[in-house]
Amino acid sequence: MNSAIRSASAVTARDLRRFVRRQQDVVQPLVFFVIVITLLGLAIGPESTIFAQIAPAGVWIAVLLATTINLDSMFLSDYQDGTIELLVLSATPLPVLVAAKILAHWLASACPQIVISVFVATILGFESTVIGALVLTLLLGSPILSLIGGVASALTVGLRGGAMLQALIILPLYMPTLIFATAAMHNAALELPIDAELYFLAGLAVLAATLAPFAAAAALRIRLS
Amino acid sequence: MDAQFFAMGGYAFFVWFSYGLSAIVLLANAFLPARKEKMLLNRIAQRVHGTKENS
Amino acid sequence: MNLPFHKYGSPKYFYSWSLMLSPWLIGFCVLLFAVGLYTGLFVAPADYQQGESFRIIYVHVPAAWMSLFIYVVMASAAASGLIWHVKLGDMIARASAPLGAWFTFLALVTGSLWGKPMWGTYWVWDARLTSELILLFLYLGYIALQGAIDDRRVAARAGAIVALVGTVNLPIIHYSVEWWNTLHQGPTVSKLDAPSIAPSMLMPLLIMAVAYTVYFVVVMFARTRCEILEFERNAAWVKERALEKGVV
Repeated sequence: MNSAIRSASAVTARDLRRFVRRQQDVVQPLVFFVIVITLLGLAIGPESTIFAQIAPAGVWIAVLLATTINLDSMFLSDYQDGTIELLVLSATPLPVLVAAKILAHWLASACPQIVISVFVATILGFESTVIGALVLTLLLGSPILSLIGGVASALTVGLRGGAMLQALIILPLYMPTLIFATAAMHNAALELPIDAELYFLAGLAVLAATLAPFAAAAALRIRLS
Repeated sequence: MDAQFFAMGGYAFFVWFSYGLSAIVLLANAFLPARKEKMLLNRIAQRVHGTKENS
Repeated sequence: MNLPFHKYGSPKYFYSWSLMLSPWLIGFCVLLFAVGLYTGLFVAPADYQQGESFRIIYVHVPAAWMSLFIYVVMASAAASGLIWHVKLGDMIARASAPLGAWFTFLALVTGSLWGKPMWGTYWVWDARLTSELILLFLYLGYIALQGAIDDRRVAARAGAIVALVGTVNLPIIHYSVEWWNTLHQGPTVSKLDAPSIAPSMLMPLLIMAVAYTVYFVVVMFARTRCEILEFERNAAWVKERALEKGVV
């Protein structure tokens, strides 16, 4: 048990060091995220009332798109240099190692996104309750995105047209998360309670955390067989 | 079978479009695999025949 | 793993018994469609609220049922291939997916054609229609993944993972969309939740539903036979059969 935890934390630390070395994998999705929100602002126009209504939903759409685009960095480099095969052959159960990799990816890509989205929301003049709801929904929702994304990423790693395929597979699965997250922000804007939505998101997160590592591990085994 | 039946109480376009599209999709999906099966059998037969003549 | 259908589930046996069964099933299917269409279009009375437009129900609802039913068939077949290495399961899953996508497409199009006279627009964010649209995306993702992987065995197993993940998600998607729908629009009277449907209207619907199911079985059998021919093209029995039936 102890050795499993030790190798899992070694995998997480190694991936985090890789993200520090290859900063573009962290920075580019953030830039993409800000660009999508800028495009949304340009498309809606400067009338602030409409933008204020749509922007919370827009931020979440931008999060979904940035996450989808960013998923490649979860397994691709390990797949290319053959590290994945070592992980599959290792004595530690593969789901544990996959969970460690997903955790590293979440820390390196979702956490900065949450910070940036708080800045963006403040600059765009969101109400403080909406910003609170945004942070809470992102904290509960982004692990779901990373976990489901991990399964699709494991399935499509190294395939031609993999990124598009990955988006096609996961975006429908992201819809419940999107629904609850945007509903929470909608309620927060009206100063209504958001507990129900947060409980739903927490439930989905627990479900995803329980099942996704096993599915992703099975997917990796299949791709390497 | 009269004009009144085809008019469908003014909803002719919606009703007949639905039925027509369903019929086209179902018929096409029924015939294409049948044709493909024949084509595959022919192709395998030709391949087997070719290897026999060569040997 | 010694499954009871081990022998009859082998591709070779499936090929011959599905071929033997097909003419009977086709006859039954044509009969059901004839009766269903006749009673649906001529015998069933017009709805007192929706008039003649309600007759779309006889092609819309069976298609919607099939779209879900086929997903379950596909996921179970794929799971049997993944877990017990039942080759036939892989083939049935691969053969079912495009049919499921087509039925979902039909349910969507006929649903919005029905919606136009009832709601005034082709598309409303009705919970059922929206879930159906997401189901179509799930099918298309599965099909795209199958197309992207060249090795059929790897493709089948990867597809099984997607199908199983989709199965876990389908109820979540369905209920979250329903919840979202009531949140945004208030309870709408769904066109399918009629409190009671007259037997003369219900009968054709049930007959059409059975007709669609038999149709799916027939076409799925034929598509699976094509999969078998492609997958086992080097097997001796396939070559024999091809020499018997094929034109050289």
